[in-house]
Amino acid sequence: MGFFGRLKESLTKTRETFVEKIDQVFTGRKGIDEDLYEELEEVLIQADVGVSTAMKLVERVRKGVKARNVQEAARLKDIFQEELEYLMGEKTSPIKINPEGPTIIMVVGVNGVGKTTTIGKMAHNYKAQGKKVMLAAGDTFRAAAIDQLEIWAERVGVDIIKHQEGSDPGAVAYDAIHAARSRKADILLIDTAGRLHNKSHLMDELRKVHKIVAREMPGAPHEVLLILDATTGQNALSQVKIFSEAVHVTGIALTKLDGTAKGGVVTAIVTEMAIPVKLIGIGEGMDDLRPFNPKDFIDALYGRRNDDE
Amino acid sequence: MFKGLGERLDDIFKSLKGKGRITEDDVSQAMREVKMALLEADVNFKVVKEFVAQVKERAIGQDVLESLSPAQQVIKIVKDELTELLGGTQAKINIASKPPTIIMLVGLQGAGKTTTAGKLAKLLSKQGRRPLLVAGDIYRPAAIKQLQVLGEQLNIPVFSMGQENPVKIAQSAVENANSTGRDLVIIDTAGRLHVNEELMDELANIKGTVKPHEILLVVDAMTGQEAVNVADTFNQKLGLDGIIMTKLDGDARGGAALSVRKVTGTPIKFAGMGEKLDALEPFHPDRMADRILGMGDVLTLIEKAQANFDAEQAAKLNKKIRQAEFNLEDFLEQMQQVKKLGPLEQVLGMIPGMGKLTKQLKDQQVDEKEMGQVEAIIYSMTTWERQHPEKIDGSRKKRIARGSGTRVQDVNQLLKQFEQTRKMMKQISNMTKGGKKGKMKLPFLQ
Repeated sequence: MGFFGRLKESLTKTRETFVEKIDQVFTGRKGIDEDLYEELEEVLIQADVGVSTAMKLVERVRKGVKARNVQEAARLKDIFQEELEYLMGEKTSPIKINPEGPTIIMVVGVNGVGKTTTIGKMAHNYKAQGKKVMLAAGDTFRAAAIDQLEIWAERVGVDIIKHQEGSDPGAVAYDAIHAARSRKADILLIDTAGRLHNKSHLMDELRKVHKIVAREMPGAPHEVLLILDATTGQNALSQVKIFSEAVHVTGIALTKLDGTAKGGVVTAIVTEMAIPVKLIGIGEGMDDLRPFNPKDFIDALYGRRNDDE
Repeated sequence: MFKGLGERLDDIFKSLKGKGRITEDDVSQAMREVKMALLEADVNFKVVKEFVAQVKERAIGQDVLESLSPAQQVIKIVKDELTELLGGTQAKINIASKPPTIIMLVGLQGAGKTTTAGKLAKLLSKQGRRPLLVAGDIYRPAAIKQLQVLGEQLNIPVFSMGQENPVKIAQSAVENANSTGRDLVIIDTAGRLHVNEELMDELANIKGTVKPHEILLVVDAMTGQEAVNVADTFNQKLGLDGIIMTKLDGDARGGAALSVRKVTGTPIKFAGMGEKLDALEPFHPDRMADRILGMGDVLTLIEKAQANFDAEQAAKLNKKIRQAEFNLEDFLEQMQQVKKLGPLEQVLGMIPGMGKLTKQLKDQQVDEKEMGQVEAIIYSMTTWERQHPEKIDGSRKKRIARGSGTRVQDVNQLLKQFEQTRKMMKQISNMTKGGKKGKMKLPFLQ
């Protein structure tokens, strides 16, 4: 199955719960009234779009209706799609690459969002592109986190720099950068321990790792990727805000987006945050981590277009 | 980031001040704010709708309209209803009459099942049980190793059979427990999406084979609207006996707790409150209600402080605060503890009514240097002076100022601030005491 087909398939459930429910709001009605807008808002909130984005989107639809003097509810379907496309934008933001090499990518996030798995998949993708990839086992805290990354390194066939459990993650990053330079790696992916963003001492530790990376290689890290679990509710916004303040997040990877009704959170992040969504995880397979393209996303969501188009 | 319910209702009722009577329309408006607060806390939409209808009925039926402080009244009703919905404190595991008791942990990826398995084993072994941990997550790389490391740290045996079929692992584990005299079996399972039928069937097969006495769903407190579908599917497929909320030491409002409780009808038994293995606590519905409403949480604050003290020290401090015997020595100790609690802004956020103050504080960040100066001043006092700050006279002040390299004004200012803190602490502690009897005074409503 092609790239787009896979995306479409993985969004089936989202399509069923999000798009179809929205369509239902617009069908079988005579006119356009307050009830309709309220219902639309409800469907959006249920998809984790969040209260404020939902209100924003509904407001835009309302204005669109007025401007075009639309009377029939059925025509709202198109207006809604247009406004959604407008809010999501068309811009794609690929992962920055350092042409002089190596590209240093730091991966951060709260516990259990899928940092290590995402690194494994990214390593696989870059290796497939013929790049020399290295991993740094910077989660020295959680039991067996180093082993977990090591298994990925073996599976993908790339080098890993690791220290003992409980050692200083800054020292791991230091060693990894020097190793990546001397071994002429193209990509270095630095794993970090999951941490709740409201724990100041853990955020301080992360800041320190970031500082070491920046000091050891001018211009690095080239990407600070925040991993967000798509099942997360409104706390995602708080995570983005606080991690950004601490380590200047440059991009977001949204994991576990497959199979459930969670399309909405993408909309919330894209519209509320100044930080681009760069990758989305749409399945458990190695190839299921993909660059995020808002246009493809909406097309897949609405079941439009096929691979060969 | 989000407004708490207190602040929201405050805004509404403030605009109604001087209006004399409050109408049913006004209550409806207040209900809209309740709805928003709950939605922003990630309570599921359907649950919110039902809940708000219920509260509205009660609010109108009662004399909110005639009440002198309608905001307070509404909050009380909302909080009571919420606490009731969240259920009682039931941090108990059903112990089988014929050992071993079998517990199975299930949930989505990354919810915290493996860590929770370790915590649960620790808690139950403290209660005199002899647990056996079972490594049933054969999919995630190094999940087995993770449980083994935890077992080593806890000195609790871990049963594993590599990537063998999980059903077979569970079955063999129970046999192993029988022959080695372990009276409790905790089965860790792989995280899975509730829509993955194949993996859900696997869980059903484990259940059918070993017939666990407790199947506990582990839910991340940060989960959004999807929590309802997750809990519902797991419950339909397996018949849950309870829920464990994890990562409640984060800053999520945790509305998912209400959603999962409502759709499954099973009790929330435990709360994961930290990364350490002893950070599994009984679930407190009243605190959770406060938290969902963004109302601050004095109890959590006190407990957080206690986590850094030993119990005896905490009890002593508590008594001192209540009796206003709190002195500068305690203050110094407190200051050092506060630093460990996290950013001051966040600590203040846990105190009801401090929301507005916190906003002001954000503009003028608390100066770390200033804290250093306060420390220096207290260090320059004798023990007697620290215990009797009110008896520090002019010449003592001069000496202290000289000793700490500050001015007498600085010493004066510190003493004055201290006196205020002492008063405030007494007030807060009285408030918490009263809160349990439903007489909680909310300063932001005055």
